[in-house]
Amino acid sequence: MDYIQTTNFIGDWVRGLGLPWGLDRAVNGILGALTIAGVVMAGATLLVWVERKVSALIQSRLGPMRVGPWGILQSVADILKLLVKEILVPNGADRLVYFLAPMLPLTAAFMVLAVIPFGPTLQVANPDLGVPYLIAMGGIGVLGILIGGWASNNKFSLLGSLRSGAQMVSYEISVAVILLFITLVSGTTDLRTLVLTQQGTVLDWWVFKVPGLGLAAFVLYLISSTAELNRAPFDIAEAEQEIAAGYHTEYSGMGFAMFFLAEYGNLIASAGVAATCFLGGFLPPAIGVPAVDRALFAVPGLVWFALKVAALILGYMWFRWTFPRPRVDQLMALEWKFLLPVNLGLLSLGALFTAMGWVLP
Amino acid sequence: MMSSILFYGLSTLLFAAALLVILSRNPIHSALWLVTAFFAVAGHYVLLNAQFLAAVHVIVYAGAIMVLFLFTIMLLNLNKETEPQHSLLVKLAGLVAGGMLLVVMVGALRRSSAETASDLATVHSGTVGLVETLGKVLFRDFLLPFELSSILFLAALVGAVVLGKKELGE
Repeated sequence: MDYIQTTNFIGDWVRGLGLPWGLDRAVNGILGALTIAGVVMAGATLLVWVERKVSALIQSRLGPMRVGPWGILQSVADILKLLVKEILVPNGADRLVYFLAPMLPLTAAFMVLAVIPFGPTLQVANPDLGVPYLIAMGGIGVLGILIGGWASNNKFSLLGSLRSGAQMVSYEISVAVILLFITLVSGTTDLRTLVLTQQGTVLDWWVFKVPGLGLAAFVLYLISSTAELNRAPFDIAEAEQEIAAGYHTEYSGMGFAMFFLAEYGNLIASAGVAATCFLGGFLPPAIGVPAVDRALFAVPGLVWFALKVAALILGYMWFRWTFPRPRVDQLMALEWKFLLPVNLGLLSLGALFTAMGWVLP
Repeated sequence: MMSSILFYGLSTLLFAAALLVILSRNPIHSALWLVTAFFAVAGHYVLLNAQFLAAVHVIVYAGAIMVLFLFTIMLLNLNKETEPQHSLLVKLAGLVAGGMLLVVMVGALRRSSAETASDLATVHSGTVGLVETLGKVLFRDFLLPFELSSILFLAALVGAVVLGKKELGE
């Protein structure tokens, strides 16, 4: 079995209609964008509920139980509540920038998910330079948080946005260096090919393929991306006890909901990148083992990808409810004095391993 | 057809955003319009199939430099009341310098036509801007200049650290 010969059902059907002036490309693009929007909205809504349930499990509570069975409709009720809430704009706020800001982090999540291969035929776009594109899109979210805090005309918001901006920009460097490491050892920047280089058993995934280094890079990626996502224990940006709620202190109703959804959208995107780069993306865990080959290929690639992403997200949540929050200066010292030097060393070792051919075949 | 629509759309966006950068009274608005302009330029690079340049342009300008700009503007708390007033002489000097740049660019591009332009870039099909080609050129033909410029960057970094360091006994 191989994934090279594949057909894209909906995309090919649209192309087969023979629309004039390249309209088929536009139609396919719009369909892709709508799908990504659906994935982010549904996924984020579900994840808010999962997060509350996981935190309840860890803290020996029940969590939301009232709305629907096991409280599963709690997030839907919350979103309905936020939709009908009055939208308040603080005095002296810059209205245009104030309303623009919540859209940017959500845009960043959409842009990243657009290049993630969800399955062998499920990818909105596959640019040759998938990895640099991922690094580039990481910067948009920071802009939204920075201007949101500034436009609120509130000193807690401004402090929160400056903290958050400094943190996200710093940790973005680590994430970028780790993604470059993956590019270096795999020899490709195109995300679909990157997944296809991991065909084989679990040992062929990049997390194990480079002896020792792959696992180190994976753990470092999880730490850096947690900080880049502004999630606890690195949620310095919105540390409630210190600066109210940080950059979104002044946001109510849908403005707040957009920031909130963006946080979970970016969580999905980040877990998707980790699954694509380290855990073999849409590939089943054992290709080439005759006994289970047929059974594993009967499961669609999307299911494997979703399982890996779900496992990673549960890991992020476990991390969040286990560790206490470091101080601002400790957080910055961790990045600049520990993670960045280690990551640069990892990149150099990756170059050495590749040059000497120590990467497993 | 699609390429032309995208080209004119992006150019209009770029032109409008660039004008708004200098016409906005609020420095944050100017910075945001500058980000828009950078994205429009990155879109032009993608049209020319220079994907690496587009990605690096967004990473460096829209991602890193504009975040620093916004930081500085926010910390300085610039607004309409504290905006520095330039004298007429400074404005005139700026106009003359900008005009001369325009003259140079018109002079340089006056002779280019459809034939010479095709040597520079090819829409959609060119491979010049792909990372593979670029990497080969950088590390084969221009290895020494490339390494020298990276040493220059390193020197600048070290210099910034030295300047930013507190002196002993301060």
